[in-house]
Amino acid sequence: MSLSKIKFDKKIVLSFWIILIALIIAAPTLLPVFRLNLLGRYLSLSIVALGVDLIWGYTGLLSLGQGIFFALGGYCAAMYLQITSSSEFPNNIPEFFALYGVEKLPFFWEPFRSPVFTFFAIWIIPALVAGLIGFLVFRNRIKGVYFSILTQASLLVFFNFFNGQQKLINGTNGLKTDVTQLFGQMVGSESMQRLFFWITAFLVIAAWFFAKWVVKGRFGNILIGIRDDEPRVRFTGYNPVMFKTIIFSIAGGLAGISGALYTIQSGIVSPQFMTVPFSIEMVIWVAVGGRGTLLGAILGAVFINYAKSLVSEALPASWMFIQGGLFILVVTALPEGVLGWIQGDGPRNLLQRFGLKRKIETYPSLEVNNKEGNNE
Amino acid sequence: MELLLDSLFNGVAIGSVLLVAALGLAIVFGLMGVINLAHGELMMLGAYTTYVTQLIFKLPILKPFYNSYIIVSIFLAFIVSGVVGILLEKTIIRKLYGSPLETLLATWGVSLILQQFVRSVPLAYGTGLVISLLIGLFLPTTFPSKIKESINFKYFKFSSWIFAALTGVLTGSVISSSVSKLSRASARNVDVTAPSWMRGQVEIIGTAFPKTRLMIIVITLISVIAITLFLNQSAWGMRIRAVTQNRQMSDCLGISTEKVDIITFGIGSGLAGVAGVAVSLLGSVGPNVGGNYIVGCFMVVVLGGVGNLLGTVLASFGIGIMTDLIGAGRLLSIWPDMPLPLSNTINFFATTSMARVMIFALIVIFLQFKPTGLFPQKGRMVEN
Repeated sequence: MSLSKIKFDKKIVLSFWIILIALIIAAPTLLPVFRLNLLGRYLSLSIVALGVDLIWGYTGLLSLGQGIFFALGGYCAAMYLQITSSSEFPNNIPEFFALYGVEKLPFFWEPFRSPVFTFFAIWIIPALVAGLIGFLVFRNRIKGVYFSILTQASLLVFFNFFNGQQKLINGTNGLKTDVTQLFGQMVGSESMQRLFFWITAFLVIAAWFFAKWVVKGRFGNILIGIRDDEPRVRFTGYNPVMFKTIIFSIAGGLAGISGALYTIQSGIVSPQFMTVPFSIEMVIWVAVGGRGTLLGAILGAVFINYAKSLVSEALPASWMFIQGGLFILVVTALPEGVLGWIQGDGPRNLLQRFGLKRKIETYPSLEVNNKEGNNE
Repeated sequence: MELLLDSLFNGVAIGSVLLVAALGLAIVFGLMGVINLAHGELMMLGAYTTYVTQLIFKLPILKPFYNSYIIVSIFLAFIVSGVVGILLEKTIIRKLYGSPLETLLATWGVSLILQQFVRSVPLAYGTGLVISLLIGLFLPTTFPSKIKESINFKYFKFSSWIFAALTGVLTGSVISSSVSKLSRASARNVDVTAPSWMRGQVEIIGTAFPKTRLMIIVITLISVIAITLFLNQSAWGMRIRAVTQNRQMSDCLGISTEKVDIITFGIGSGLAGVAGVAVSLLGSVGPNVGGNYIVGCFMVVVLGGVGNLLGTVLASFGIGIMTDLIGAGRLLSIWPDMPLPLSNTINFFATTSMARVMIFALIVIFLQFKPTGLFPQKGRMVEN
């Protein structure tokens, strides 16, 4: 019996949620500021991981360019903060513009004076960009590794673009947020960071429910259908392009939210968010946690990043080896990820191997049947 | 005219680096549908091989032959990267055939490990490791078939691995004691200095061409010709082409697809090593050197189409010439009095990084019309 089929008592579920929410509220008092900040950042990363799980785990699209949308969200948030706290600088524009002799705010930043616009921009702009890129790629039935390469190339393009434009977005230096003001308080201050932690934690839960709602029902079934056999979905009369575009822009929007939250907690957004390794790392969080499980994406993002910071503090050089090993291990030995393994037949197989549980004899054997079912 | 020639030469020079780098990738991708993200790191190994060879040729015994080190290093780089590639195929990629996305992630893991390996292991011992791998993988295949068929063959194999390990350790320590620069691990970039006959410039029709660039073009030319001959004239080349076209049918007709895979992957990786030699002539060599080229290589493969060398050649020269035209703002100098908005746009894109942005946009537009590249494989299969 797999874990996902176990029906929990409603009381147990309720008490689980109460404990979780209590933990979130109490976390700032339990953890030192430094660790709390790290946890907040990793929780915000788990939102982008949810998006990766939606497009990769459910729809089979391996995007190596989620960093684009992540950074776009971050830039939207950072620019709003910079503009609102720029009253003491010349021309009422953020300080860095003066370095490059820019006297007027570039026109596309004008709307970011409004908090309402920024609130929507953080997720709508990345979603639109994702939708556009996705539509252009999917329309031509480009898929599989071609899709991955194209997303990686667009990531590099965005990186080059953002890195080179000093006059518009401060280029390679990025935008700092920790000395800016929000609601009359310093963004980098402890009380604000605590607030951001709570916002992040609740947004993670909200994003989780949203993702669960997306993959539930017919829409989710079609996504899985596209992953397993796209031509068949097309021949049945559905248009996979539309579904893929929608799910890709949803993932883009989630990445944008995640990027904004990450930016305000780490204090800076820079083109470094758009480097190739960072975007591939997002995939490994999901792969280790378990793709197609949603919860696995969240847990994977938080735990791997925590492990990364712990290992890097102790042995800086070894993290690359460990990370590289994780990539290899998870695809060769544990393709379903940790959570997928637990939910699937993993524990039973393990017990059987040690003779603790009796094998189920069937003819033809279960393994053979399973393999045929998953034939690519 | 002179300007055009200059631009053309620059474009061809950029394109030939791309071509030699993408050649191996294209062959591997065409055959197995595998995207090897560690390709850039195999290039890096080739570049480091050049560096090590250069230092070894500075030893008193080999000093008289110093000027020829670059030629030797081309072969050595091919062997080093090829051996690492074969090991990669035998241990990891073989398990993942049929799932290209998983291969992509696993090879990314390999590339991380290789990068960190170069940073934290002294190059001398790295050389030793490669030598022992080379011996361990190839010594058993040189045994006479009488031994191979005997039951005790695994003992022979085992003892040859022990021999390989001992040789590796020995060469490692010999190199590290005689060349001090290789005995310590360092994450810093290193520089390969071209031998004296490759410095300076050659003048052709009034234009000066740097010799290193010419050398790279020559390396590329030789690689392309060699690989074309191999694929079209040799027996194994024919098998490789057969497997590329229809794997199952070739398997049924008695071609050992396993061997074909190993050979193809080895050659593809070896070509990455050759590309590494070319790259080491252009700038300093560091652990991240491969990453600068890898996405460009992918673009070449996507643009050129799968399983067609001509497509790869055209795509890389096309991208190279376009990069030069846009990145150096050549259109402005060819047509100085163009209308203002157009010239402003061209100026905006006239940097190396912005040229990449433009090129990618052009590639995406191109793919709207020809989604499978310049020379798609013909067939009536539903995709998958």
